[in-house]
Amino acid sequence: MSRIYRERKVNQPVKITEQDVEQVALFSRLELTEEDKAVYTESLNTILDYLDMLDKLDTNNIEPAAHVLSFKNVFREDKLQSSLAKELVLANAPEEEAGCFKVPRIV
Amino acid sequence: MRLYNLSVFQLSELMEKKEISSEELTNAYLERISQVESGTKVFVTLSKGTALAQARDVDQKRARGEELSPLAGIPMAMDDNICTEGIKTTCASKILYNFIPPYDATVAERLKGAGAILMGKCNIDEFGMGSSTENSAFYTTQNPFDAEAAQGYISGGSAAAVSVGEAAFTLGSDTGGFIRQSAASCGVIGLKPSYGHVSRFGLISTASSLDQIGPFTQDMTDLALVLNTICGHDVKDATSASVDVPDFTKSLVNEVKGLRIGLPKEYEAGVEPQVAAKLQEAISKLEELGAICEEVAMPHTEYAAPAHYIISSAEASSNLARFDGVRHGLRVEAEDVLSMFKKTRSQGFGAEVKKRIMLGTHVLSTGNYDAYYVKALKVRSLVKQDFDRAFEKFDCLLTPTNPATAGKTGKNPNDSLAMHLSGVCTLPVNLAGLPALSLPFGMVDGMPVGLQLIARHFKEETLLRVGYTLEQSTNQTRPKPGLFLKYNIHRG
Repeated sequence: MSRIYRERKVNQPVKITEQDVEQVALFSRLELTEEDKAVYTESLNTILDYLDMLDKLDTNNIEPAAHVLSFKNVFREDKLQSSLAKELVLANAPEEEAGCFKVPRIV
Repeated sequence: MRLYNLSVFQLSELMEKKEISSEELTNAYLERISQVESGTKVFVTLSKGTALAQARDVDQKRARGEELSPLAGIPMAMDDNICTEGIKTTCASKILYNFIPPYDATVAERLKGAGAILMGKCNIDEFGMGSSTENSAFYTTQNPFDAEAAQGYISGGSAAAVSVGEAAFTLGSDTGGFIRQSAASCGVIGLKPSYGHVSRFGLISTASSLDQIGPFTQDMTDLALVLNTICGHDVKDATSASVDVPDFTKSLVNEVKGLRIGLPKEYEAGVEPQVAAKLQEAISKLEELGAICEEVAMPHTEYAAPAHYIISSAEASSNLARFDGVRHGLRVEAEDVLSMFKKTRSQGFGAEVKKRIMLGTHVLSTGNYDAYYVKALKVRSLVKQDFDRAFEKFDCLLTPTNPATAGKTGKNPNDSLAMHLSGVCTLPVNLAGLPALSLPFGMVDGMPVGLQLIARHFKEETLLRVGYTLEQSTNQTRPKPGLFLKYNIHRG
């Protein structure tokens, strides 16, 4: 489960294998058929090849921009505010019991 | 008089003069929808009952002499990833096939407050991944100009709705160009506002740092009216900006003298010659009107698309983790909770969404994070710097919206990379968070052409001014779709 990803360094493109796709599918909580695995391995490699063009660009002294505006943390007064009624929140639940979302057994 | 051919402003005047009621107008639109919807496939959900109730409510308010917004009583629609209280919101995905939001998105609440009539929810690509509706879990919306429905021209529910008169205006969301690209292909106006100008609260997030909600309208006046209602700070959206919102109708000025317009050459690489010719026509017109048009270098343009692909997939993989069969939507039963998650997500998401989730998970994983994700964020800085430099000299930039006539869907539906690359002119704008407008500018081979105007952050006013001037001085009427010849319904 905790197989370490092979590290992909800049300017050292790495092809991903079906085992990598299996691993990433698990992280993504997706279930793939054998056929899916082959298809996604090929299509993800096509995309990764395309993304390798970014290696042409020297970005050593560039700051990363996760956002374009300089946001500050947003605070509000710690006062009680109204929220949605419990029935409304649970109305879309696939399964509920005693005012809670019900899930299959976990342990 | 065909009511569905009139603009928001014209309809508002008719209602103001009591020549028609909102109920009559809503019924006229419902009739129009029943005539054309089987061909266009614009709507995922129609909200006929609530629409008529809302319309009667507006009529009563008008009868009592209450002061009403110009949008009061106007039939409109919005994309199916914008939450609407009590009305199904599916993101065009099986995983949310039955989701009924218990609250309104801020934009939906504002439009409701203004008395606009919600006719229904428009088809999109599943979770907005694409710019053609090809990836919708339900069906592909037809481009109203693509008479044979076989040429594969891109469309979008909200753009087609305005084009054929199934709604007087609509709202969509733009992560990489959906609003602008589908507006261009359907011959209507589409605007992606500045990041932070329109609240994203209640927009089901795909890529939170790129998504913006924006309008599709028939003309520039309508665009100003809709922006006046939807822009502005919202405490419920932490990325909403506290900036003053102007009265956008004041920007409807027919004058561009002395305005400096930059022409990024990099955006013209790969553009069809006929589209380039339309662009040149617009440039000549603007110069004739006194604008100063000059080339500008945007050297990092070619890197914007791959950086966008990485960032949007990374953010989507994280945002879409919430769909797990526990709180809403589809659940596929299984013995244990992990199997339930996996089965639900595998059956609930479509192929393109699964691919993006896996790619996003891959680029965020240990060992790949710096090489892909951080690298893309650095490229984003460079793309933004290109714009910053250009805007030191220019008031706005002019480019084509789609590189091909109207933008074609991928020949191979699995070729999402080709689809992504069709956004070469629109994707950089989302990375930089800027406002951009797509304006219809004539036709080539029977298909509409759109031109894109990009302005500084929070300077939608510049876009309105240039767009309005072009609209007024080129005397171009909105292109009329030919689709309905096929259905023997002529658009008047």
